[in-house]
Amino acid sequence: MWLINSPIGRKVVMSVTGICLILFLTFHCCMNVAAFFSASAYNTVCEFLGSNWYAVLGTLGLAFLAVCHIVYAFILTAQNRRARGDERYAVTDRRPEVSWASQNMLVLGLIILIGLFLHLYNFWGHMMFAELAGVSVAHDPADGFAWIQDTFANPVFSILYLVWLCAIWFHLSHGFWSAMQTLGFSGKIWLKRWQMIGIVYVTVLMGVFAFLILSFWLGFAPSYSSAL
Amino acid sequence: MDTNISFTLKVWRQKGPNEKGHFDTFEMKDIPGDTSFLEMLDILNEQLIEDGKEPFVFDHDCREGICGMCSLYINGHPHGPAQGATTCQLYMRRFHDGDVITVEPWRSAAFPVIRDCMVDRSAFDKIIAAGGYTSVRTGQAQDANAILIPKDAADEAMDCATCIGCGACVAACKNGSAMLFVSSKVSQLALLPQGRPEAAKRAKAMVMKMEELGFGNCTNTRACEAECPKNESIANIARLNREFIKAKLAD
Repeated sequence: MWLINSPIGRKVVMSVTGICLILFLTFHCCMNVAAFFSASAYNTVCEFLGSNWYAVLGTLGLAFLAVCHIVYAFILTAQNRRARGDERYAVTDRRPEVSWASQNMLVLGLIILIGLFLHLYNFWGHMMFAELAGVSVAHDPADGFAWIQDTFANPVFSILYLVWLCAIWFHLSHGFWSAMQTLGFSGKIWLKRWQMIGIVYVTVLMGVFAFLILSFWLGFAPSYSSAL
Repeated sequence: MDTNISFTLKVWRQKGPNEKGHFDTFEMKDIPGDTSFLEMLDILNEQLIEDGKEPFVFDHDCREGICGMCSLYINGHPHGPAQGATTCQLYMRRFHDGDVITVEPWRSAAFPVIRDCMVDRSAFDKIIAAGGYTSVRTGQAQDANAILIPKDAADEAMDCATCIGCGACVAACKNGSAMLFVSSKVSQLALLPQGRPEAAKRAKAMVMKMEELGFGNCTNTRACEAECPKNESIANIARLNREFIKAKLAD
């Protein structure tokens, strides 16, 4: 099976799962924008997804993508360290052409994973999981807006989420164009285009997330004044 | 006029593939700036031989940047601080008086050290033997206009073919990946009509040979292209990925 036993195949798995996760982030971001304007609009989205079969199926699909991405990351890193040999260079130097993020994707990925656990605890655990398991929680599981208010009222969570977004930004600043390169949609000209598209796209995406966090933390979102 | 410089030289010494290695330190005095790096090492070795010591072992051959034999990792860079040049094309004027210059061998599991800074790069020959050629008999040289080839494709193929197989890409890569070498060797044929009939077979055979020999997976850090003495581009790697994925999907 070439997706397991060839170096390019393994990278194809990383690329395809990575691109799918970026698409999910885009979808996630669009839903969150609703919470900026109206609490009821956001809660309608939450009720629509809730713990319905399609949302559970989607979550399982996402979990599968994320697990593949992470498991392959560890396999690739282990293989790459072995390929480098036992003896390390005494002196190393990085050319400016080599981005810092590209050489630290695993570390960035681990930071993102830790943030993901926090995020799942803050929201998924109180919403979909609470509904599925029938656990009673402080708010109605479908009242997503209340969970947003609760979480971001805490400055520690808000700052942790902002740090998390920075890690995702660095991870994707390399990850996006790298995925295109691995899938072969790149060349001397398209390499630069993908890099630019990736940076702009990721900056907009993370910028919107960061803006939303600040608006809930500092309470300047229009939905806050209407909810109070 | 170049000035003479004096500096400290730290070189990697290792008796054999399975021996433990260490650095030896030498003080080099009054080396003219227009001495090439390899000539500087010749000066060192003459001193060592005069003193009755073992000379420092390193690979070299043509000393004009076309054979790909010289292979020293100098101050954190394969082929030293200069870009687009091999170790033999590096001159001492690049360094300053009082510098510490550290010389190490290519470090990769697939390139075991033979002695000191000489490594075994026959893994590259095995990759070429796996398919880096066309197997048709070509006979006499043809007229240049017998098969029409667009100028862009011919130029690009020529650029790919300038890869001298020195292994700097593997030495620079934190993953010990040989993708820049393999992709250049696949590209130089894939871009030309003569190489197309066997393109899919070649890409698969060479990539799987690379895997078998223990080279790493490419993570697109671009360290290879920044260090390549022949300025090979990672566009070649994208082309190889394309060739390989197409070949596998067609299977």
